[in-house]
Amino acid sequence: MNIFVCIKQVPDTETKIKLAGDGIDTAGVKWIMSPYDEFAVEEALRLKEKNAGSTVTVLSAGPARVVETLRTALAMGADNGVHIELPENTDNNYAAKALAGALKKEAKIDIVFFGKEAIDDGAAQTAQLVSAYLDIPCVTVVLQAEYSTDKVKCKREVEGGAYEMVESPLPAVIAAQKGMNEPRYASLPNIMKAKKKEVKVLKEADVGTSASDHKIKFKNFQLPPPKQAGKKVDGDAAAQAHQLVQLLHTEAKVI
Amino acid sequence: MAKVLIVAEHRDGKLKKVSFELLGLAAQAGQEVHALLLGEGVAGLASELGHYGAGKVHVVESAALKFYSAEAYSKAVVQIAKNLGAEVILAGHTPTGREFMPLVAARLGVGLASDCTQISLAGGKIQARRPVYSGKATAEVEFLGGGAQLATVRANAIGIPKPDTSKKAEVVTASADLGALKTKVLEMVKGAMGRPDVTEASIVVSGGRAMKSAENFKIIEEMADSLGAAVGASRAAVDAGYRPHRDQVGQTGKTVSPALYIACGISGAIQHLAGMRTSKTIVAINTDPQAPIFQVADYGVVGDLFTLVPLLTQEFKKLKEH
Repeated sequence: MNIFVCIKQVPDTETKIKLAGDGIDTAGVKWIMSPYDEFAVEEALRLKEKNAGSTVTVLSAGPARVVETLRTALAMGADNGVHIELPENTDNNYAAKALAGALKKEAKIDIVFFGKEAIDDGAAQTAQLVSAYLDIPCVTVVLQAEYSTDKVKCKREVEGGAYEMVESPLPAVIAAQKGMNEPRYASLPNIMKAKKKEVKVLKEADVGTSASDHKIKFKNFQLPPPKQAGKKVDGDAAAQAHQLVQLLHTEAKVI
Repeated sequence: MAKVLIVAEHRDGKLKKVSFELLGLAAQAGQEVHALLLGEGVAGLASELGHYGAGKVHVVESAALKFYSAEAYSKAVVQIAKNLGAEVILAGHTPTGREFMPLVAARLGVGLASDCTQISLAGGKIQARRPVYSGKATAEVEFLGGGAQLATVRANAIGIPKPDTSKKAEVVTASADLGALKTKVLEMVKGAMGRPDVTEASIVVSGGRAMKSAENFKIIEEMADSLGAAVGASRAAVDAGYRPHRDQVGQTGKTVSPALYIACGISGAIQHLAGMRTSKTIVAINTDPQAPIFQVADYGVVGDLFTLVPLLTQEFKKLKEH
């Protein structure tokens, strides 16, 4: 099978966000693979292991630094990488056009994995957009998938602990939810091997993006306003409980 | 007046609150408010949409829409939006809306502002802010290139308007050519929780690592039930196996904006704060007065949650009886 995974490099979850200009200050940021993408990579590797002769190709669109994250996926076991060179801060649609453009260059696609969202913009759009541009179905927030030669059956999480069982023909785009599997760690020998694996570089001209593919711009970034010091509820436990409930009822009026 | 199309969401024969919020937003902005109802046997829900501000409800009934699917929904929404000449299309940022709206955006060749937590439709245009880095910052959204403007809006971000049962929407039956659908929804399996989802509830009660075990969450569940609240958890509690991932609030879980968020035994790691700091009122219960959670709390209670939570449950119940 020809298996693809689209991954995004994002600031580590512990990063304290600082603003600079009209955006964030990326100096000193530790970059990681967006956590949901790890489930996508793992799922691709497991599918490959069950289907002899398969290859797993990882793609990432962004500035030069994203190659490091492609290497992380290669160290987990992906076979080769594609780096689509894009400037910083392209919008979801532009990135999706670029990824779809790169995927269209491939001879055959059986399945494309994504994480269900990236933890930087949290937009949860790119997987669906890529599926639309490839004109193939898409199932998102997938907890579990069963694959056969020409279709995939997905358990998709919805709200309140409910789920849907969705069947799609292949090729399809699948966006992974946490819990789909347990992502492996890269072993030291595999980290060494990953350095030698091929990462193909594509330019914007190669993937056919144009300026009009930018649909959304983020601007006027703000940090959350500092909160006023809260009220401390004192006394013994019974007094604290009573006082808190009164405050929530009469002052905050939320119960 | 701009034509605003709101994709009304329903599950188990009930409309979602977020759809009412969106109707109220558009109606209060004085726009031409259209609602779209997709499903099978759903026409009966149309009148309620009118009570919340829909001027016209377009009902598309089809066996192929009996269960939600991204493919069928996106096709139907695109056709209705085009026929109507919709200038703004809105849906809740729910497991449904967040899945099909990007497909609608792609097919219309326009932009989508997803997960908006502040939105206005003044002048018939979307002005919105949304969290980035899971709420560690927010950004204003600018639409580039013209065409319809699309947004998904987080539940509880706007607030539900008061329904006016004297308001009647015009109900029209519409049809959409769904063509041959590739995907098939085989089954809808209902949740067994009997509690609201953390992303939808107006009150969320969360427990952290200090809960010490899955069993101990029983006191959190009891308090949640006394308030009709959802149960949430920190990443530490989920990683320890106390709660399923679907309950996790934070940057690698769910982001929530309830009216009231009660954090029990949660220290307030930056990744947790990112998921809940937009809550309107925050209560923190923790033994450690230095815990960072107190910096975002409106009401801080320093004490042992195993003593306080059962007392609070009693107090909430007492209040309800009055």
